[in-house]
Amino acid sequence: MTGLLTILILLGITIAIWQMVKIFDLAQVNKDVTQVANNKDNKTQGYLMLAFLGFIYGITIVSFALWGDLPLTSNSASEHGPEIDRLMIISMAVIFIVQTITQFLLHYFAFKYRGEKGRKALFYADNDKLEFIWTVIPVIVLAGLIMYGLFTWTDIMNIDEDDDPIVVELYAQQFNWKARYAGEDNVLGKANVRLINLDNANILGLDEADPNAQDDIITTELHLPVGQPILFKMRSQDVLHSAYMPHFRAQMNCVPGMITQFAFTPTVTTEEMRLNPDIYEKVRNINRIRVQKSKKLQAKGEEPLDSYEFDYLLLCNKICGKSHYNMQMKIIVESEEDYKAWLLEQKLFKNSLVQN
Amino acid sequence: MSAQVDTHAHQDDHGHHPKETFITKYIFCQDHKMIAKQYLITGIIMGVVGILMSLLMRMQIAWPTQPNPIFEALLGKWAPGGVMDADIYLALVTIHGTIMVFFVLTAGLSGTFSNLLIPLQIGARDMASGFLNMVSYWLFFLSSVIMVASFFVEAGPAAAGWTIYPPLSALPLAQGGSGAGMTLWLVSMAIFIASSLLGSLNYIVTVLNLRTKGMAMTRLPLTIWAFFITAVIGVVSFPVLLSAALLLIMDRSFGTSFFLSDIFIQGEVLHYQGGSPVLFEHLFWFLGHPEVYIVLLPALGITSEVIATNSRKPIFGYRAMVASILAIAFLSTIVWGHHMFISGMNPFLGSVFTFTTLLIAIPSAVKAFNYITTLWKGNLQLNPAMLFSIGLVSTFITGGLTGIILGDSALDINVHDTYFVVAHFHLVMGISALYGLFAGVYHWFPKMFGRMLNKNLGYIHFWVTAICAYGVFFPMHFIGMAGLPRRYYTNSNFPLFDDTSNVQILITVFALVGGVFQLVFLWNFFHSIFYGKKAVQNPWRSNTLEWTTPVEHMHGNWPGEIPHVERWAYDYSKPGHDDDFVPQNVPLKEGEEELQH
Repeated sequence: MTGLLTILILLGITIAIWQMVKIFDLAQVNKDVTQVANNKDNKTQGYLMLAFLGFIYGITIVSFALWGDLPLTSNSASEHGPEIDRLMIISMAVIFIVQTITQFLLHYFAFKYRGEKGRKALFYADNDKLEFIWTVIPVIVLAGLIMYGLFTWTDIMNIDEDDDPIVVELYAQQFNWKARYAGEDNVLGKANVRLINLDNANILGLDEADPNAQDDIITTELHLPVGQPILFKMRSQDVLHSAYMPHFRAQMNCVPGMITQFAFTPTVTTEEMRLNPDIYEKVRNINRIRVQKSKKLQAKGEEPLDSYEFDYLLLCNKICGKSHYNMQMKIIVESEEDYKAWLLEQKLFKNSLVQN
Repeated sequence: MSAQVDTHAHQDDHGHHPKETFITKYIFCQDHKMIAKQYLITGIIMGVVGILMSLLMRMQIAWPTQPNPIFEALLGKWAPGGVMDADIYLALVTIHGTIMVFFVLTAGLSGTFSNLLIPLQIGARDMASGFLNMVSYWLFFLSSVIMVASFFVEAGPAAAGWTIYPPLSALPLAQGGSGAGMTLWLVSMAIFIASSLLGSLNYIVTVLNLRTKGMAMTRLPLTIWAFFITAVIGVVSFPVLLSAALLLIMDRSFGTSFFLSDIFIQGEVLHYQGGSPVLFEHLFWFLGHPEVYIVLLPALGITSEVIATNSRKPIFGYRAMVASILAIAFLSTIVWGHHMFISGMNPFLGSVFTFTTLLIAIPSAVKAFNYITTLWKGNLQLNPAMLFSIGLVSTFITGGLTGIILGDSALDINVHDTYFVVAHFHLVMGISALYGLFAGVYHWFPKMFGRMLNKNLGYIHFWVTAICAYGVFFPMHFIGMAGLPRRYYTNSNFPLFDDTSNVQILITVFALVGGVFQLVFLWNFFHSIFYGKKAVQNPWRSNTLEWTTPVEHMHGNWPGEIPHVERWAYDYSKPGHDDDFVPQNVPLKEGEEELQH
């Protein structure tokens, strides 16, 4: 039935187009039918080009007006975040200026110089000076952006071990995340997926004989103390995953067979972030949307959606299989006392093993 | 004069080949013009499949997990009750990407126009090897059939993304599509690469050896420069993908560990040890990035020709245009790492690749500026092909500019693999190359089929497509910068992204309208092949040699001697000539100087 419906719709559209062709053909009787643009076409299309310039500017303005608050270019929650945001805003500004000018020239010229029978174009094939100028200007602008970008990149990726970062392992598997804290010694115990033993609940493959592993703590929620540098060591047990923490402007792939790393210092606790006016407004907006959706769901006799409260999230951002879209872990940034208290409540690795 | 040539050609054609059968003319044909048509029509069919898949995905993203009769009708068991399955969503992502990048925008674009135009524009009777050319097409056809056939295997087609990163693509345990579906994908791609290499070698040899008298490399139309360099890039980089595919086949079927190590999946430890998925990423992107230019350069070449002809002006800065093609080709082979900033690769390498990547913006900028200057003070004939070419420059700029963000490793951290990337590459290579393909079809349709496309339908096609393309991809940047990852079956599992759901619906509406309006083109194309207005010999009053051949196709292209080339391809509106174009085979007048190019 539905297949038939689809075919009928497609058939309808085809007939509509066929009719349109006929109308055009009829309209063209006694006119020039070479199918090459004539003066009238050039004029119409020239004005449409101008209108299209308006459309491009329009969609830009509308997008910024409606969705300008979506991009993550402010309220970052990590120490290096504002640096990325600043670079992003500068790059966007450069792009915006170039885009506005070049699109104007392109479409305005298409309009201004629309063809007329009998007019001759200017034979103008070369101008070394002009070309030199527009090679050098991008070079200078890009050189500036490259320098800025490279300093920022090096700054983020160079991990200073002297800061005594807290070492945390992010462990990825289809389709969930685990975190492993290094414990009091701040050294992660040796681990390899070959040592995984589901019978005694050694789920991350820690070396049970390694003294460093004994005080490790495995959790399903990521708690971070505010203001402390954290060094993440990423591991995956099956396929590629990517640990994406957008609010912290942090991301690193998790690669089976190797350990990757990324470090940052969280600067805003979850509680503080919830009170941030921008985030507060965003959450309110999302809840408005959820209430509306819930109404529709309830009308269909389904469960309404929960009300949303802001939380930092760790998402998987590398295609990893069927439930890729739902591979997430909650991140909680809190004061150092709260963090320590939470950590004390967790089981040490040596105590988490099941004795057979 | 032209009428005489026409009749002569007609007789000649029939006189020399009396025994041409249906099979030798339409199927196993070695004539480059017929092979071009075969490529184009196969490419169009694959394009319909690829675009249809994207519409299915868009509907799923906009209205996640809701029953949709269209899903049920088209996906069958993959959409029980009309609700799309998560596995098939990833398969659609994968096959849509593969088909559009390789089958439509590589083979469909390069295959069509390199075949059609290289012999015609350089003044050759055919390709260097007509036989290899035929083999190349049939391998492409075979690989297309295998790729589409993979939709019908039990566990579904490949679903690991078009980049098929192992281990996901290597282990059937990780994903249903990584079984027989992935095997077919790899076989299809291996055949495709063989086809592409045969084609490319043929193009290179033909351009180097078969140019007519007077056709110095410095007089080549920019189309030929683009096709030539594209073929060189293909020959350099496709074998690397082939080697990656072969190694992956070894890992999958023969137990080697090139890309796999330390894997625990579904309760068991696999034997693989010592390999690295990052190695695969390197091999893949060593083709993957040049592939962007394999797709784009022919489109830019077509645009150069179409813009110059329809502006009635020489292309501005011919030498700079050639130099930028060469620069782009060289740089394209040393930027692949910008896809891997956060792959776990040494951060220092990230710095190097940031540097080379932003360098490639320079020749790209030169090209964009030169196109704009070519329009300046022209006498623009706004034919549909010209509109698509201007549209290409527009999307090339919009999409290219955001490359400055993605190429910057520090910024890539937060937008990597989000919708921002999707918006960027769709504009800069997807839509731009598609516009190049359309521009080429509208411009050379008279050459291919001896008839004209309906221009008004062309105008409708362009404007709706142009508006929808921006309507789809402009807002997409914003949801990407909001941190929304790509390749998510549904975004409703994260309340965090609920405020992007309206944008997704808007995008889908634009996509559906734009997709449906491609039917206008399909209608115009197939209808005009048979019923279009008969074309004259040189409808666009163009300079290049293909327009000196008779309208009626014939083996060997020219009935008499091959014309000699006396000037470059861009003598439009040259002072001292009455007409606003001077074909390349017209000798210089006494005292007339050729521009030093």
